[in-house]
Amino acid sequence: MDSAFSPADLSAIWLTFKLAAVVTVILLLVGTPIAWWLARTRSWWKGPVGAIVALPIVLPPTVIGFYLLVAMGPSGPLGALTQSLGIGLLPFTFAGLVIASVFYSLPFVVQPLQNAFEAIPERALETAATLRASALDTFFSVALPLAKPGFLTASVLGFAHTVGEFGVVLMIGGNIPDKTRVVSVQIYDHVEAMEYASAHWLSAGMLVFSFVVLLALYTLNPTGRRS
Amino acid sequence: MPAVWLARTLIFCLLVAGQTAYAGEKITIAAAADLKFALDEIVMLFGKAHPNDRVETIYGSSGKFQTQIRQGAPFDLYFSADIAYSRKLEEEGFAASEVQPYAVGRIVLWSPSRDAGKMTLADLADPAIRKIAIANPKHAPYGKRAEEALKAAGMWEKVEGKLVYGENVAQAAQFVQTGSAQAGIIALSLALSPEMAKHACPASNQGCGYALIPDKLHHPLEQGFIVTKRAAANPLALAFARFMAGKEARATMMRYGFVLPGEAK
Repeated sequence: MDSAFSPADLSAIWLTFKLAAVVTVILLLVGTPIAWWLARTRSWWKGPVGAIVALPIVLPPTVIGFYLLVAMGPSGPLGALTQSLGIGLLPFTFAGLVIASVFYSLPFVVQPLQNAFEAIPERALETAATLRASALDTFFSVALPLAKPGFLTASVLGFAHTVGEFGVVLMIGGNIPDKTRVVSVQIYDHVEAMEYASAHWLSAGMLVFSFVVLLALYTLNPTGRRS
Repeated sequence: MPAVWLARTLIFCLLVAGQTAYAGEKITIAAAADLKFALDEIVMLFGKAHPNDRVETIYGSSGKFQTQIRQGAPFDLYFSADIAYSRKLEEEGFAASEVQPYAVGRIVLWSPSRDAGKMTLADLADPAIRKIAIANPKHAPYGKRAEEALKAAGMWEKVEGKLVYGENVAQAAQFVQTGSAQAGIIALSLALSPEMAKHACPASNQGCGYALIPDKLHHPLEQGFIVTKRAAANPLALAFARFMAGKEARATMMRYGFVLPGEAK
Protein backbone atom coordinates (compact mmCIF):
# COMPACT_ATOMS: atom_id res chain seq x y z
CA MET A 1 0.00 0.00 0.00
CA ASP A 2 1.37 3.38 -0.94
CA SER A 3 0.40 6.69 0.60
CA ALA A 4 -2.69 6.50 2.76
CA PHE A 5 -4.86 9.37 1.56
CA SER A 6 -4.60 11.31 -1.68
CA PRO A 7 -5.40 15.06 -1.72
CA ALA A 8 -8.75 14.14 -3.31
CA ASP A 9 -9.44 11.77 -0.40
CA LEU A 10 -8.57 14.42 2.16
CA SER A 11 -10.81 16.90 0.42
CA ALA A 12 -13.65 14.34 0.50
CA ILE A 13 -13.07 13.73 4.22
CA TRP A 14 -13.10 17.45 5.01
CA LEU A 15 -16.21 17.98 2.90
CA THR A 16 -18.00 15.10 4.63
CA PHE A 17 -17.28 16.51 8.08
CA LYS A 18 -18.32 19.98 6.99
CA LEU A 19 -21.59 18.64 5.59
CA ALA A 20 -22.31 16.57 8.69
CA ALA A 21 -21.53 19.48 11.03
CA VAL A 22 -23.74 21.96 9.16
CA VAL A 23 -26.57 19.43 8.92
CA THR A 24 -26.35 18.54 12.62
CA VAL A 25 -26.57 22.19 13.69
CA ILE A 26 -29.56 22.82 11.41
CA LEU A 27 -31.23 19.62 12.57
CA LEU A 28 -30.85 20.53 16.25
CA LEU A 29 -32.45 23.92 15.56
CA VAL A 30 -35.26 22.50 13.42
CA GLY A 31 -35.66 19.21 15.25
CA THR A 32 -35.95 20.55 18.80
CA PRO A 33 -39.28 22.38 18.35
CA ILE A 34 -40.68 19.47 16.32
CA ALA A 35 -39.61 16.97 18.98
CA TRP A 36 -40.96 19.16 21.80
CA TRP A 37 -44.29 19.49 20.06
CA LEU A 38 -44.45 15.75 19.32
CA ALA A 39 -43.63 14.96 22.95
CA ARG A 40 -46.19 17.33 24.47
CA THR A 41 -49.09 17.57 22.06
CA ARG A 42 -52.39 15.76 22.36
CA SER A 43 -53.37 16.93 18.90
CA TRP A 44 -54.76 14.61 16.28
CA TRP A 45 -51.82 15.67 14.10
CA LYS A 46 -49.28 13.93 16.30
CA GLY A 47 -49.65 10.65 14.43
CA PRO A 48 -49.32 12.02 10.86
CA VAL A 49 -46.47 14.39 11.75
CA GLY A 50 -44.59 11.64 13.60
CA ALA A 51 -45.02 9.36 10.60
CA ILE A 52 -43.74 11.99 8.17
CA VAL A 53 -40.69 12.64 10.34
CA ALA A 54 -39.95 8.90 10.45
CA LEU A 55 -40.38 8.35 6.68
CA PRO A 56 -36.66 8.60 5.78
CA ILE A 57 -35.97 5.59 8.01
CA VAL A 58 -38.02 3.30 5.79
CA LEU A 59 -37.86 5.02 2.39
CA PRO A 60 -35.13 3.92 -0.01
CA PRO A 61 -32.62 6.76 -0.51
CA THR A 62 -33.45 6.58 -4.21
CA VAL A 63 -37.00 7.77 -3.50
CA ILE A 64 -35.72 10.76 -1.55
CA GLY A 65 -33.04 11.43 -4.17
CA PHE A 66 -35.49 11.18 -7.05
CA TYR A 67 -38.10 13.49 -5.53
CA LEU A 68 -35.49 16.00 -4.44
CA LEU A 69 -33.90 16.02 -7.90
CA VAL A 70 -37.27 16.67 -9.51
CA ALA A 71 -38.35 19.22 -6.88
CA MET A 72 -35.08 21.13 -6.99
CA GLY A 73 -34.82 21.04 -10.81
CA PRO A 74 -35.80 24.00 -12.98
CA SER A 75 -39.44 22.92 -13.30
CA GLY A 76 -39.86 21.74 -9.69
CA PRO A 77 -41.42 23.87 -6.91
CA LEU A 78 -38.18 24.18 -4.92
CA GLY A 79 -36.25 24.96 -8.10
CA ALA A 80 -38.76 27.68 -9.05
CA LEU A 81 -38.44 29.17 -5.58
CA THR A 82 -34.63 29.19 -5.51
CA GLN A 83 -34.47 30.62 -9.02
CA SER A 84 -36.89 33.43 -8.19
CA LEU A 85 -34.76 34.20 -5.12
CA GLY A 86 -31.72 34.43 -7.40
CA ILE A 87 -29.94 31.49 -5.73
CA GLY A 88 -30.00 29.37 -8.88
CA LEU A 89 -30.57 25.64 -8.87
CA LEU A 90 -29.73 23.42 -5.93
CA PRO A 91 -28.80 20.06 -7.48
CA PHE A 92 -25.02 19.56 -7.63
CA THR A 93 -24.38 22.17 -4.95
CA PHE A 94 -23.30 21.95 -1.32
CA ALA A 95 -26.50 23.73 -0.28
CA GLY A 96 -28.51 21.10 -2.15
CA LEU A 97 -26.72 18.33 -0.26
CA VAL A 98 -27.39 20.10 3.04
CA ILE A 99 -31.13 20.27 2.32
CA ALA A 100 -31.24 16.64 1.22
CA SER A 101 -29.31 15.53 4.30
CA VAL A 102 -31.59 17.49 6.62
CA PHE A 103 -34.54 15.47 5.28
CA TYR A 104 -32.56 12.26 5.31
CA SER A 105 -31.27 12.54 8.89
CA LEU A 106 -34.31 14.27 10.46
CA PRO A 107 -35.71 11.21 12.29
CA PHE A 108 -32.30 10.41 13.78
CA VAL A 109 -32.36 13.76 15.58
CA VAL A 110 -36.07 14.20 16.29
CA GLN A 111 -36.71 10.76 17.76
CA PRO A 112 -34.02 10.78 20.49
CA LEU A 113 -35.08 14.33 21.41
CA GLN A 114 -38.73 13.32 21.52
CA ASN A 115 -37.91 10.37 23.77
CA ALA A 116 -35.90 12.63 26.07
CA PHE A 117 -38.68 15.22 26.27
CA GLU A 118 -41.28 12.55 26.91
CA ALA A 119 -39.20 11.23 29.81
CA ILE A 120 -39.32 14.58 31.63
CA PRO A 121 -41.84 14.20 34.46
CA GLU A 122 -44.86 16.46 34.04
CA ARG A 123 -44.39 17.52 37.67
CA ALA A 124 -41.04 19.15 36.98
CA LEU A 125 -42.65 21.40 34.40
CA GLU A 126 -45.65 22.10 36.61
CA THR A 127 -43.37 23.04 39.51
CA ALA A 128 -41.57 25.50 37.29
CA ALA A 129 -44.90 26.95 36.28
CA THR A 130 -45.99 27.42 39.90
CA LEU A 131 -42.74 29.36 40.43
CA ARG A 132 -44.05 31.66 37.70
CA ALA A 133 -41.53 30.61 35.12
CA SER A 134 -42.72 31.42 31.61
CA ALA A 135 -43.16 28.58 29.14
CA LEU A 136 -39.95 29.60 27.36
CA ASP A 137 -38.08 29.90 30.65
CA THR A 138 -39.32 26.48 31.71
CA PHE A 139 -38.12 25.01 28.45
CA PHE A 140 -34.62 26.47 28.72
CA SER A 141 -34.07 26.10 32.50
CA VAL A 142 -35.85 22.80 33.17
CA ALA A 143 -36.52 20.82 30.01
CA LEU A 144 -33.23 21.39 28.19
CA PRO A 145 -30.93 20.35 31.08
CA LEU A 146 -33.08 17.30 31.77
CA ALA A 147 -32.98 16.30 28.11
CA LYS A 148 -29.20 16.63 27.81
CA PRO A 149 -28.55 12.92 27.16
CA GLY A 150 -31.17 13.10 24.41
CA PHE A 151 -29.34 16.00 22.78
CA LEU A 152 -26.05 14.09 22.88
CA THR A 153 -27.65 11.05 21.24
CA ALA A 154 -29.43 13.21 18.67
CA SER A 155 -26.27 15.10 17.71
CA VAL A 156 -24.15 11.98 17.40
CA LEU A 157 -26.75 10.05 15.40
CA GLY A 158 -27.54 13.02 13.15
CA PHE A 159 -23.86 13.59 12.45
CA ALA A 160 -22.99 9.93 11.93
CA HIS A 161 -26.01 9.23 9.76
CA THR A 162 -25.14 12.16 7.49
CA VAL A 163 -21.56 10.89 7.21
CA GLY A 164 -23.00 7.52 6.17
CA GLU A 165 -25.21 8.94 3.45
CA PHE A 166 -24.63 7.59 -0.06
CA GLY A 167 -27.62 6.96 -2.30
CA VAL A 168 -29.15 10.43 -2.03
CA VAL A 169 -25.78 12.09 -2.64
CA LEU A 170 -25.11 9.91 -5.66
CA MET A 171 -28.43 10.97 -7.17
CA ILE A 172 -28.34 14.71 -6.60
CA GLY A 173 -24.67 15.41 -5.94
CA GLY A 174 -23.05 15.16 -9.35
CA ASN A 175 -19.77 14.04 -7.79
CA ILE A 176 -18.05 17.47 -7.78
CA PRO A 177 -14.72 17.68 -5.96
CA ASP A 178 -14.84 19.93 -2.86
CA LYS A 179 -18.59 20.47 -3.26
CA THR A 180 -20.46 17.20 -3.38
CA ARG A 181 -17.89 14.40 -3.54
CA VAL A 182 -18.20 13.00 -0.03
CA VAL A 183 -16.27 10.03 1.37
CA SER A 184 -18.91 7.41 0.57
CA VAL A 185 -18.98 8.49 -3.09
CA GLN A 186 -15.18 8.70 -3.22
CA ILE A 187 -14.98 5.09 -1.99
CA TYR A 188 -17.46 4.00 -4.67
CA ASP A 189 -15.33 5.69 -7.35
CA HIS A 190 -12.16 4.08 -6.05
CA VAL A 191 -13.79 0.65 -6.19
CA GLU A 192 -15.10 1.21 -9.73
CA ALA A 193 -11.69 2.36 -10.86
CA MET A 194 -10.21 -0.70 -9.16
CA GLU A 195 -8.10 1.39 -6.79
CA TYR A 196 -8.64 -1.06 -3.98
CA ALA A 197 -5.80 0.25 -1.79
CA SER A 198 -7.35 3.73 -1.69
CA ALA A 199 -10.80 2.23 -1.14
CA HIS A 200 -9.41 0.20 1.77
CA TRP A 201 -7.88 3.22 3.49
CA LEU A 202 -11.06 5.28 3.30
CA SER A 203 -13.33 2.38 4.20
CA ALA A 204 -11.23 1.38 7.18
CA GLY A 205 -11.23 5.01 8.27
CA MET A 206 -15.02 5.11 8.13
CA LEU A 207 -15.25 1.84 10.05
CA VAL A 208 -13.00 3.07 12.85
CA PHE A 209 -14.74 6.46 12.96
CA SER A 210 -18.20 4.90 13.18
CA PHE A 211 -17.16 2.45 15.87
CA VAL A 212 -15.48 5.11 17.99
CA VAL A 213 -18.45 7.43 17.70
CA LEU A 214 -20.94 4.75 18.72
CA LEU A 215 -18.67 3.50 21.48
CA ALA A 216 -18.39 7.02 22.87
CA LEU A 217 -22.14 7.41 22.70
CA TYR A 218 -22.86 4.18 24.55
CA THR A 219 -20.16 4.80 27.15
CA LEU A 220 -21.03 8.42 27.89
CA ASN A 221 -24.74 7.91 27.62
CA PRO A 222 -25.76 4.52 28.98
CA THR A 223 -29.37 3.81 28.19
CA GLY A 224 -31.80 3.41 31.02
CA ARG A 225 -30.12 6.00 33.24
CA ARG A 226 -31.77 9.34 33.51
CA SER A 227 -30.39 12.07 35.69
CA MET B 1 -48.34 -25.19 16.68
CA PRO B 2 -48.42 -21.71 15.08
CA ALA B 3 -44.62 -21.94 14.77
CA VAL B 4 -44.89 -25.13 12.74
CA TRP B 5 -47.56 -23.57 10.58
CA LEU B 6 -45.40 -20.50 10.05
CA ALA B 7 -42.40 -22.61 9.13
CA ARG B 8 -44.46 -24.60 6.61
CA THR B 9 -45.81 -21.44 5.04
CA LEU B 10 -42.32 -20.02 4.80
CA ILE B 11 -40.93 -23.12 3.17
CA PHE B 12 -43.85 -23.17 0.76
CA CYS B 13 -43.24 -19.54 -0.16
CA LEU B 14 -39.55 -20.18 -0.69
CA LEU B 15 -40.31 -23.14 -2.94
CA VAL B 16 -42.78 -21.14 -5.00
CA ALA B 17 -40.40 -18.22 -5.25
CA GLY B 18 -37.60 -20.52 -6.34
CA GLN B 19 -39.69 -22.08 -9.08
CA THR B 20 -38.69 -21.11 -12.54
CA ALA B 21 -41.74 -19.98 -14.41
CA TYR B 22 -40.23 -20.68 -17.81
CA ALA B 23 -39.00 -23.84 -19.43
CA GLY B 24 -35.98 -22.60 -21.34
CA GLU B 25 -32.59 -21.15 -20.55
CA LYS B 26 -31.82 -17.84 -18.92
CA ILE B 27 -28.88 -15.49 -19.38
CA THR B 28 -27.94 -12.24 -17.74
CA ILE B 29 -26.12 -9.52 -19.65
CA ALA B 30 -24.14 -6.75 -18.00
CA ALA B 31 -23.89 -3.87 -20.44
CA ALA B 32 -22.50 -0.38 -20.61
CA ALA B 33 -25.13 2.30 -20.05
CA ASP B 34 -24.87 3.66 -23.62
CA LEU B 35 -26.48 0.43 -24.87
CA LYS B 36 -29.63 0.93 -22.79
CA PHE B 37 -32.04 1.47 -25.67
CA ALA B 38 -30.24 -0.30 -28.52
CA LEU B 39 -29.64 -3.51 -26.59
CA ASP B 40 -33.18 -3.56 -25.22
CA GLU B 41 -34.41 -3.68 -28.82
CA ILE B 42 -31.91 -6.35 -29.79
CA VAL B 43 -32.93 -8.47 -26.80
CA MET B 44 -36.55 -8.12 -27.89
CA LEU B 45 -35.68 -9.29 -31.42
CA PHE B 46 -33.66 -12.16 -29.97
CA GLY B 47 -36.59 -13.07 -27.74
CA LYS B 48 -38.82 -13.54 -30.78
CA ALA B 49 -36.46 -16.21 -32.08
CA HIS B 50 -36.14 -17.80 -28.62
CA PRO B 51 -39.61 -17.52 -27.08
CA ASN B 52 -38.95 -20.01 -24.28
CA ASP B 53 -35.74 -18.44 -23.07
CA ARG B 54 -35.16 -15.36 -21.00
CA VAL B 55 -32.55 -12.64 -21.37
CA GLU B 56 -32.03 -10.19 -18.54
CA THR B 57 -30.04 -7.02 -19.04
CA ILE B 58 -28.39 -4.85 -16.42
CA TYR B 59 -27.00 -1.46 -17.38
CA GLY B 60 -24.29 0.46 -15.56
CA SER B 61 -20.75 1.68 -15.83
CA SER B 62 -18.27 -0.61 -17.54
CA GLY B 63 -15.75 -0.28 -14.72
CA LYS B 64 -18.19 -1.44 -12.08
CA PHE B 65 -19.21 -4.54 -14.03
CA GLN B 66 -15.58 -5.44 -14.67
CA THR B 67 -14.93 -5.39 -10.92
CA GLN B 68 -18.07 -7.39 -10.23
CA ILE B 69 -17.27 -10.08 -12.80
CA ARG B 70 -13.85 -10.46 -11.25
CA GLN B 71 -15.61 -11.04 -7.93
CA GLY B 72 -17.85 -13.73 -9.39
CA ALA B 73 -20.93 -11.78 -10.45
CA PRO B 74 -23.49 -13.99 -12.25
CA PHE B 75 -23.22 -12.28 -15.66
CA ASP B 76 -23.09 -14.41 -18.81
CA LEU B 77 -22.12 -11.68 -21.24
CA TYR B 78 -20.27 -8.43 -20.63
CA PHE B 79 -20.65 -5.51 -23.04
CA SER B 80 -18.05 -2.88 -22.27
CA ALA B 81 -18.05 0.64 -23.67
CA ASP B 82 -14.26 0.38 -23.72
CA ILE B 83 -12.90 -2.72 -25.41
CA ALA B 84 -9.82 -2.53 -23.17
CA TYR B 85 -11.98 -3.52 -20.17
CA SER B 86 -13.10 -6.69 -21.96
CA ARG B 87 -9.54 -7.45 -23.05
CA LYS B 88 -8.38 -7.10 -19.46
CA LEU B 89 -10.91 -9.68 -18.29
CA GLU B 90 -9.89 -11.99 -21.12
CA GLU B 91 -6.23 -11.71 -20.14
CA GLU B 92 -7.12 -12.53 -16.56
CA GLY B 93 -9.00 -15.64 -17.64
CA PHE B 94 -12.57 -14.52 -17.01
CA ALA B 95 -13.68 -14.89 -20.62
CA ALA B 96 -14.96 -17.97 -22.46
CA SER B 97 -14.81 -16.25 -25.82
CA GLU B 98 -12.53 -13.97 -27.75
CA VAL B 99 -13.21 -10.29 -27.27
CA GLN B 100 -15.78 -9.41 -29.94
CA PRO B 101 -15.67 -5.82 -31.15
CA TYR B 102 -19.30 -4.85 -31.69
CA ALA B 103 -19.39 -1.10 -32.22
CA VAL B 104 -17.64 2.23 -32.09
CA GLY B 105 -19.54 4.81 -30.08
CA ARG B 106 -19.74 8.53 -30.64
CA ILE B 107 -20.16 11.37 -28.19
CA VAL B 108 -22.46 14.32 -28.71
CA LEU B 109 -23.17 17.65 -27.14
CA TRP B 110 -26.73 17.63 -25.89
CA SER B 111 -29.08 20.13 -24.33
CA PRO B 112 -32.82 20.15 -23.82
CA SER B 113 -33.05 23.92 -23.37
CA ARG B 114 -31.26 25.20 -26.46
CA ASP B 115 -30.66 24.09 -30.01
CA ALA B 116 -27.62 21.96 -29.36
CA GLY B 117 -27.50 21.04 -33.04
CA LYS B 118 -25.89 24.38 -33.71
CA MET B 119 -23.57 24.29 -30.70
CA THR B 120 -19.86 23.58 -30.56
CA LEU B 121 -17.71 22.76 -27.55
CA ALA B 122 -16.60 26.43 -27.45
CA ASP B 123 -20.19 27.44 -26.63
CA LEU B 124 -19.90 25.64 -23.30
CA ALA B 125 -18.05 28.70 -21.97
CA ASP B 126 -21.37 30.62 -22.14
CA PRO B 127 -22.14 31.77 -18.58
CA ALA B 128 -25.81 30.82 -19.07
CA ILE B 129 -24.61 27.21 -19.04
CA ARG B 130 -23.89 26.78 -15.38
CA LYS B 131 -23.59 23.01 -15.17
CA ILE B 132 -22.32 20.55 -17.76
CA ALA B 133 -22.88 16.85 -17.18
CA ILE B 134 -20.44 14.18 -18.32
CA ALA B 135 -19.90 10.59 -17.18
CA ASN B 136 -17.22 10.14 -14.54
CA PRO B 137 -13.90 10.07 -16.48
CA LYS B 138 -12.36 8.05 -13.70
CA HIS B 139 -14.15 4.85 -14.62
CA ALA B 140 -16.71 5.48 -17.39
CA PRO B 141 -15.31 5.29 -20.95
CA TYR B 142 -17.72 7.95 -22.26
CA GLY B 143 -16.54 10.28 -19.51
CA LYS B 144 -12.92 9.68 -20.46
CA ARG B 145 -13.62 10.51 -24.10
CA ALA B 146 -15.60 13.61 -23.12
CA GLU B 147 -12.63 14.79 -21.06
CA GLU B 148 -10.25 14.12 -23.96
CA ALA B 149 -12.46 16.04 -26.38
CA LEU B 150 -12.76 19.03 -24.04
CA LYS B 151 -9.00 19.05 -23.57
CA ALA B 152 -8.33 18.72 -27.30
CA ALA B 153 -10.70 21.60 -27.99
CA GLY B 154 -8.87 23.72 -25.42
CA MET B 155 -12.01 24.01 -23.31
CA TRP B 156 -11.11 21.92 -20.26
CA GLU B 157 -9.82 24.75 -18.07
CA LYS B 158 -12.77 26.95 -19.01
CA VAL B 159 -15.45 24.42 -18.12
CA GLU B 160 -13.88 22.24 -15.44
CA GLY B 161 -15.57 24.22 -12.67
CA LYS B 162 -18.98 23.64 -14.23
CA LEU B 163 -18.71 19.89 -14.69
CA VAL B 164 -20.92 17.47 -12.82
CA TYR B 165 -20.17 13.78 -13.04
CA GLY B 166 -22.71 11.04 -13.60
CA GLU B 167 -22.00 7.56 -12.28
CA ASN B 168 -22.34 6.40 -15.89
CA VAL B 169 -23.25 8.06 -19.18
CA ALA B 170 -26.98 7.39 -18.68
CA GLN B 171 -26.96 9.27 -15.38
CA ALA B 172 -25.11 12.15 -17.06
CA ALA B 173 -27.86 12.19 -19.68
CA GLN B 174 -30.51 12.13 -16.96
CA PHE B 175 -28.89 15.14 -15.24
CA VAL B 176 -29.30 17.08 -18.50
CA GLN B 177 -32.75 15.72 -19.29
CA THR B 178 -34.13 16.92 -15.94
CA GLY B 179 -32.69 20.36 -16.70
CA SER B 180 -30.48 20.35 -13.60
CA ALA B 181 -27.53 20.66 -15.95
CA GLN B 182 -28.00 22.90 -18.98
CA ALA B 183 -25.80 20.85 -21.29
CA GLY B 184 -24.01 17.55 -21.36
CA ILE B 185 -21.68 15.36 -23.35
CA ILE B 186 -23.41 12.03 -23.74
CA ALA B 187 -23.52 8.99 -25.99
CA LEU B 188 -25.03 9.46 -29.45
CA SER B 189 -26.95 6.23 -28.86
CA LEU B 190 -28.74 7.86 -25.91
CA ALA B 191 -29.42 11.12 -27.75
CA LEU B 192 -31.05 9.09 -30.54
CA SER B 193 -33.34 7.18 -28.20
CA PRO B 194 -37.03 8.10 -28.37
CA GLU B 195 -37.02 8.95 -24.64
CA MET B 196 -34.33 11.58 -25.00
CA ALA B 197 -35.26 12.85 -28.44
CA LYS B 198 -38.67 14.00 -27.27
CA HIS B 199 -36.98 16.38 -24.83
CA ALA B 200 -34.74 17.93 -27.45
CA CYS B 201 -36.18 20.48 -29.86
CA PRO B 202 -39.79 19.69 -29.01
CA ALA B 203 -41.06 22.03 -31.71
CA SER B 204 -39.40 20.52 -34.73
CA ASN B 205 -38.47 17.11 -33.33
CA GLN B 206 -35.96 16.72 -36.13
CA GLY B 207 -33.22 15.39 -33.89
CA CYS B 208 -31.65 18.81 -33.81
CA GLY B 209 -31.01 18.47 -30.08
CA TYR B 210 -27.44 17.23 -30.38
CA ALA B 211 -24.18 18.10 -32.07
CA LEU B 212 -21.81 15.30 -32.98
CA ILE B 213 -18.38 15.92 -31.47
CA PRO B 214 -15.66 15.37 -34.12
CA ASP B 215 -14.11 11.99 -33.45
CA LYS B 216 -10.62 13.29 -34.13
CA LEU B 217 -10.85 15.08 -30.76
CA HIS B 218 -10.75 11.84 -28.78
CA HIS B 219 -9.63 8.23 -28.89
CA PRO B 220 -12.20 5.99 -30.54
CA LEU B 221 -14.87 4.54 -28.27
CA GLU B 222 -14.17 1.04 -29.45
CA GLN B 223 -16.47 -1.35 -27.66
CA GLY B 224 -16.24 -5.08 -27.19
CA PHE B 225 -18.09 -7.89 -25.47
CA ILE B 226 -17.11 -11.25 -24.05
CA VAL B 227 -18.96 -14.36 -23.02
CA THR B 228 -17.89 -14.89 -19.43
CA LYS B 229 -16.33 -18.08 -18.15
CA ARG B 230 -19.41 -19.16 -16.21
CA ALA B 231 -21.40 -19.17 -19.49
CA ALA B 232 -18.82 -21.21 -21.43
CA ALA B 233 -21.25 -24.12 -21.82
CA ASN B 234 -24.43 -22.05 -21.98
CA PRO B 235 -25.88 -22.44 -25.50
CA LEU B 236 -28.14 -19.43 -25.07
CA ALA B 237 -25.20 -17.14 -24.26
CA LEU B 238 -23.37 -18.38 -27.33
CA ALA B 239 -26.50 -17.97 -29.43
CA PHE B 240 -26.82 -14.38 -28.27
CA ALA B 241 -23.17 -13.72 -29.12
CA ARG B 242 -23.86 -15.01 -32.65
CA PHE B 243 -27.05 -12.96 -32.86
CA MET B 244 -25.06 -9.76 -32.22
CA ALA B 245 -23.19 -10.36 -35.49
CA GLY B 246 -26.43 -10.91 -37.42
CA LYS B 247 -28.26 -8.55 -39.75
CA GLU B 248 -31.07 -7.57 -37.38
CA ALA B 249 -28.80 -6.69 -34.48
CA ARG B 250 -26.43 -4.75 -36.70
CA ALA B 251 -29.28 -2.76 -38.22
CA THR B 252 -30.53 -1.84 -34.75
CA MET B 253 -27.07 -0.78 -33.62
CA MET B 254 -26.67 1.41 -36.69
CA ARG B 255 -30.00 3.05 -36.08
CA TYR B 256 -28.69 4.12 -32.68
CA GLY B 257 -25.70 5.80 -34.27
CA PHE B 258 -23.07 3.15 -33.65
CA VAL B 259 -20.38 2.62 -36.25
CA LEU B 260 -20.04 -1.13 -36.74
CA PRO B 261 -16.89 -3.15 -37.22
CA GLY B 262 -16.33 -3.61 -40.95
CA GLU B 263 -18.56 -0.72 -41.96
CA ALA B 264 -17.29 2.50 -43.46
CA LYS B 265 -18.43 5.60 -41.64
